[in-house]
Amino acid sequence: MIPNLMESIIVPAVKAQASRRQFLIGAFATSTGLAVGYHLLSASPAAASETATVSDTHAFSPYVTIDVDGKVTVLSSQFEMGQGSYNGIATLVAEELEADWSTIDVKGAAGDVKAYGNVAFGGALQGTGGSTSMLTSWDRYRRAGAATRVMLVAAASAEWGVPAAEITVENGILSHPSGKSGGFGMFAAKAATMPVPVEVTLKQPNEWKRIGNAGLKRFDSARKANGTEQYTIDVKLPGMLTAVMIHPPLFGAKVKSFDASAARAIKGVVDVVEIPRGIAIVGENMWVALKGREVVTVEWDESAAEKRGTPALMSMYRDLAAKPPAAIARKDGDVESAFAAAAKVIEASFEFPYLAHAPMEPLNSVSRMNADGTLEIWGGHQFPDTYQALAGEIAGIAPGKVILHVMKTGGSFGRRAVFDGDVVVESVHVAKALGFRAPVKVQWTRENDMRGGRYRPAYAHSLKAGIDENGKLVAWSNHVVGQSIVSNTAFAGMVQNGVDPTSIEGANNLPYAIPNQVVGLTTTEVGVPVLWWRSVGSTHTAFAAEAFLDEVAEAAGKDPVEFRLSMLEPESRHAIVLKLAAEKAGWDKPVPEGRFRGVAVAESFGSVVAHIAEVSRTEDGHIKVERIVSAVDCGLAINPDQVRSQVEGGIGFGLGAILGEEITLTDGQVDQGNFDLYTPLRIDAMPMVEVHILASANSPSGIGEPGVPPVGPAVANAAYKALGKRIRIMPFAKSLNV
Amino acid sequence: MVTVTINGTQHTVEAEADMPLLWVIRDLVGLTGTKFGCGMAQCGACTVFLDGTPVRSCQTFIGDVAGAQVTTIEGINGKVAETVQAVWADLDVPQCGYCQSGQIMSATDLLTTNPKPTDADIDAAMAGNLCRCATYQRIRAGIHETAKRLEA
Repeated sequence: MIPNLMESIIVPAVKAQASRRQFLIGAFATSTGLAVGYHLLSASPAAASETATVSDTHAFSPYVTIDVDGKVTVLSSQFEMGQGSYNGIATLVAEELEADWSTIDVKGAAGDVKAYGNVAFGGALQGTGGSTSMLTSWDRYRRAGAATRVMLVAAASAEWGVPAAEITVENGILSHPSGKSGGFGMFAAKAATMPVPVEVTLKQPNEWKRIGNAGLKRFDSARKANGTEQYTIDVKLPGMLTAVMIHPPLFGAKVKSFDASAARAIKGVVDVVEIPRGIAIVGENMWVALKGREVVTVEWDESAAEKRGTPALMSMYRDLAAKPPAAIARKDGDVESAFAAAAKVIEASFEFPYLAHAPMEPLNSVSRMNADGTLEIWGGHQFPDTYQALAGEIAGIAPGKVILHVMKTGGSFGRRAVFDGDVVVESVHVAKALGFRAPVKVQWTRENDMRGGRYRPAYAHSLKAGIDENGKLVAWSNHVVGQSIVSNTAFAGMVQNGVDPTSIEGANNLPYAIPNQVVGLTTTEVGVPVLWWRSVGSTHTAFAAEAFLDEVAEAAGKDPVEFRLSMLEPESRHAIVLKLAAEKAGWDKPVPEGRFRGVAVAESFGSVVAHIAEVSRTEDGHIKVERIVSAVDCGLAINPDQVRSQVEGGIGFGLGAILGEEITLTDGQVDQGNFDLYTPLRIDAMPMVEVHILASANSPSGIGEPGVPPVGPAVANAAYKALGKRIRIMPFAKSLNV
Repeated sequence: MVTVTINGTQHTVEAEADMPLLWVIRDLVGLTGTKFGCGMAQCGACTVFLDGTPVRSCQTFIGDVAGAQVTTIEGINGKVAETVQAVWADLDVPQCGYCQSGQIMSATDLLTTNPKPTDADIDAAMAGNLCRCATYQRIRAGIHETAKRLEA
């Protein structure tokens, strides 16, 4: 059902080239104008290259549509959870199309993996993750925009009887020196009958007006400021029912029996049904469903459930970390001899808890079976073709009969990229249990969400460093212990020789010239479901490496910035961002009175970010993070202000985690259910953030995630200066005993 | 049957007295700008004005607000609210946007009672509104900018 993606993960570049060759620009007339997108060569080669109007719409997937009223809609293969992918993709299209930015809208597209598959995943899966949206869209969406422009110009040329070369396009208006001019809408229908360009010429960087323009505003801010943006929770369909869930209290427990008689007696409770993931209370609205939930009693079969608590798990992790690793992820030089010969050897252990994504919109999904046998599902479809396949299987229909409406969501941070469909399959199961007699929205409460698993895994790191008599780092070892995110999923093929790359990314690719180093991994089996969480492996690996490096620099008697630079090529991306951050933060100048500084640099998702944190001491022996100066190399910044926005947000997200977030278990049961006990950052703990973007002509790399990894270690390193205490157990409060 | 006035329109809804105003607004009246985030007054996404004062609608019960004037994000108007909304778009404050209705309600209330808030005033007034995207820096900037525009 779900392809094994091992091959595509390993050779994405090769596959991407192949998929580009199969991609031919195509276009067809819609009832309201023009659609431009891509044909797949294998699907319909003749149609793709020769004709404009194609009857086989399955072989064609639109990227851009233009209505006769001139409205431009971009169909995005990438999911929008707040990170601005829609805005970035719209920028690419608008740049080449010369569209009027104020008329742009973006909708999620799904249902054709061949057309919308993510290049970074080899094109084999449509998905949003790994900060790859700009990478996969950069070429495709600019070409689609350019092709649309060419066809509009061809239409105007035919209409006006003037050469196409004499027509200019600017801000949604086509014009000719003779004085003729018209908007996109005027030519949309005719453009659909024009020849489709096989190849297009893209603008040169010096011709860009929108790409790289820091003054370009997001197209969707106003609707988010007036409450009209529509999320899955806002979907309302005629006759729709609302269901709330009772999930097992322990991971791995199953329903043995339940009594819903009291719930059924409540006016407005329509039904109570058992589905494979728990019990659903279905009501006429959310509130009656919640009232019903309070009085349903369930007996659980806990025989296969995970019953260990956090203390037992972390104690096991600590023991494992002290032993030799089960697998070796990287080995350079002769580590044992280097440690034996080192003038000084230091060691440290780090611990990281489970973390919840806790997006502001608790997970939800709406399913409706139609009379024509199609099943529509509204939701945060971060892995759409996976959900399509799963839903089709549950409903007993072909995946092609499943129509996904990709909704914008109130956050995700990785949470909606799940292999088993999670709440999406719940809505199909509940609708099915009701005999598909009504559309159903499954709306999780915060507690369902917080206790629903899929956490950033807990980890332990054991590090050791050897320095020679000159203070040079000559030996390094890091042993990572924790669960695998990808094992038992469609991405299981990524595990090679016992190493899940998502467990050690950021640990096995340190940029520093360390002649002898070993990175080991011991993967644990725990019944707590885990998942990628904004910046994945680097959430813990960057912390352990960069915080420990600060300890090594201290042991070597070196300045932390100088120490790092001494192990980096002077012109490397790491060295450049580190120097930029240091310069902007005034690293070589005295720290302001009462302030303490720390530094960290990390690469993730193709981007390199350095943060310099400035903290002060609070009266209760804690720290307050006052300021973060950040330098970022994310390749070409398509929307510089959105790059800043993502780094600001990434800093707040990462800071909240290290300062106060943790999911703990007592005898297998999750202790935290809501924001009273699980405590993301609030505004009063948000530092002043200053983001400096490196000018770069390289292809765009990630920005949604890379701001997160270095914030924890930069702050921990500053906290050491402030408090004289190394922070090695997360969250900070645990290390500081406050 | 309970009667409540939302954004100037009187609604008579069939609801038990313990139904939270949040679900009356969303499910019975059909206004979707007010969001559900936690259900226990921890996140502020459901903030509305009750007779001009901000409340968490998830912990405000319909039986207690009969006859009151409720204002949601769809109904806020006046110079302060409109300037806040315009500034929010100008500074591109929102990311996912889900919490922003609540942020804007709280920011509007702050600026109505304190036209020139300091950073500390802002932190104190806005700490009840969680933003998981952590747009806090721009929320602060947005409040300062609104104060500036309103003064001009």
